[in-house]
Amino acid sequence: MNKPKVGVFGFTGCGGCQLEILNLEDQLLDLLSAVEIVHFTEAVTEHSDTYEIALVEGSVTTKHGVERIKKIGDIAKIIIAIGACAVSGGLNCLKNLYGLEKAKELVYGDKKEWIDSIEVKPVDEYVKVDYYARGCPPNRFEIVDIIRSLIVGRKPEIPNYPVCIECKRNGNTCVYEFGITCLGPISRAGCNSRCPNSVSGCGACRGVIDDPNVNAQKDLLKEYGLTVEDILQEFNLYNACKGKTIEQKNK
Amino acid sequence: MANNLNIEESPVSRLEGHGDLILDVKNKKIKKLIFRIPESPRFFEAMLVGRKYDEPSHISSRICGICSVAHTCASIKATEKALDIKPSKQTINLRKLIYHHENIQSNVLHVYFLAAPDFFGVGSVVPLAETHPEVVNIALRTKKMANDMVRIIGGRAVHPVRTVVGGFTKLPTKEEMIKMKEMLKSCYPDLEKSLEVLKTLDIPDFKRETEYISISDTSDYALYDGKIKSTDGWEIDDQNYLDKINEKVVQYSTAKHCWASRDAFMVGALARFNNNHDKLTDNAKKYAEELGLKAPCYNTFMNNIAQFVEIVQSVDDSIRLIDEILEEGLDEDKAMAEIKPKAGRGAGVVEAPRGLLIHDYTYNDKGRVEKANLIIPTGMNYANIEKDMHALVPAIIDKSEDEIKLACEMLIRAYDPCISCSTHFLNVKLVNK
Repeated sequence: MNKPKVGVFGFTGCGGCQLEILNLEDQLLDLLSAVEIVHFTEAVTEHSDTYEIALVEGSVTTKHGVERIKKIGDIAKIIIAIGACAVSGGLNCLKNLYGLEKAKELVYGDKKEWIDSIEVKPVDEYVKVDYYARGCPPNRFEIVDIIRSLIVGRKPEIPNYPVCIECKRNGNTCVYEFGITCLGPISRAGCNSRCPNSVSGCGACRGVIDDPNVNAQKDLLKEYGLTVEDILQEFNLYNACKGKTIEQKNK
Repeated sequence: MANNLNIEESPVSRLEGHGDLILDVKNKKIKKLIFRIPESPRFFEAMLVGRKYDEPSHISSRICGICSVAHTCASIKATEKALDIKPSKQTINLRKLIYHHENIQSNVLHVYFLAAPDFFGVGSVVPLAETHPEVVNIALRTKKMANDMVRIIGGRAVHPVRTVVGGFTKLPTKEEMIKMKEMLKSCYPDLEKSLEVLKTLDIPDFKRETEYISISDTSDYALYDGKIKSTDGWEIDDQNYLDKINEKVVQYSTAKHCWASRDAFMVGALARFNNNHDKLTDNAKKYAEELGLKAPCYNTFMNNIAQFVEIVQSVDDSIRLIDEILEEGLDEDKAMAEIKPKAGRGAGVVEAPRGLLIHDYTYNDKGRVEKANLIIPTGMNYANIEKDMHALVPAIIDKSEDEIKLACEMLIRAYDPCISCSTHFLNVKLVNK
């Protein structure tokens, strides 16, 4: 693929994934010379409907959003979902958990009918997603690696091993030792275990690996006198939409 | 020349969110003017209900990637107030330090990436990199410095990990503190170069006096903590924000509209400058003077200049904070305060880069959120943006449609409306009737 046309699109989210692209400082100008940006909500005025690669940030949460994502699906040859909101629905799914109508009522009161808001869904509920740059926020270098791989025609390497591997490699003391719960044993690596590096538990913002060793996580919880329920709320922070709780995964 | 004009701009790009501008002019009179934010609503006030006291700061950080430190800090302050948690002086100094660098990062992004292309007559930062590479390189270096500071103190640049209720999960090392001081010192030459570039910009001549609201403190140029102050002459304790700040739902927008003493007010860098200019460092004052920024300033377009002056202020004050922290010595025992869940209510009020930001939580006795109220800066500026438009459009109505369109876009962009916390970008469609 020679200097592909790229569109960066924002749906419902915090804009932090687009910001992580801008935060590439050292590589930003190189990236801009390797691709042609034809649409970038957060940074560029010009926009065009001709592009091969679409980077999509955010979840689909409105009727208008459904139309937009379908149009992108019709145009783009390759769709890359960037960030937890696009990949799994992310934190936005807490709205579903609370209840859509109840949430509308709470925030907008008797004016709730004015508001266009539907059940939160990840991007791949509406269009085929080719690559996932997971995480909240995503790893900006992984986004670059996916684009670079597409240009040179190789398969991007997305880790399918748990965060514990990176955490051990970084020489961290297990946060359970400090009384902190952590989803590292089942969560997908690729973040360089950034939360445990900062003495904080992993919240599985990159989702669960394909074949998680659920029993290892359970044994660990047992060792520290905890139950699955104790960590479920934390897991739901970024994964409430997929509904793949540890228990369900196990069945 | 436009006697009749119909602008439907949806969305205005280079806002960190999405906004629509609808402008209908007939016989040089404005018939209809609406700036609306149709961004999909997020429902954070619902998402927070039922969450344990250590979670809201991580959840509400996700309101805005660009000002995630501000939301994190507002949230932490609200929880600490409600649960009567007393963070150490060291914690507060470190929070002020990380806070400066989100403000720098955000202001650099806005001044150079989002607003500057207008002044250089190009569509975005992409062509700007070709026409003015030095300007873009200065911006990238300064932004990287600020992001690296947030990474060192917070654990990552967007959605910091280490800043939590009670303090920090991990402290920077002494070596890192010294390194940060060196990083700060090394950015002064770029600030000087920026000053020379900014002096050449042709800032539109525009004046509309309004009410300017920000927090204000006796000791420093307040970003993290202070009372709420207005140029209309009132000052209140931050816990009593509801005494002055009002909010309502409007039909055409998912962001709520706010008002205080009058029908509209402005928040953000210009409001902070107007209220707190005397607390700037001498160096930052010098930059303001050289750029023709004098308080009180009623030109909204000067908000960009005030943002740049704040970058200088934040660099200066960061060096002071690092010296103070190093002098007292980093102490692990002061990293986390004691936390006991209890019922209570507290408001956390800070200055996000775009202005006053309020989080207000009520906790039950199990330390779980019962009620949350969030008031965001873009919602506060909303009504004022419309008032500014009403003042600007008649003054430029004889210009070409493209010029009118650009001027309107630039005015909205001057506010740096971070619309992801509520909102998208403007798309201008001009139809002459």
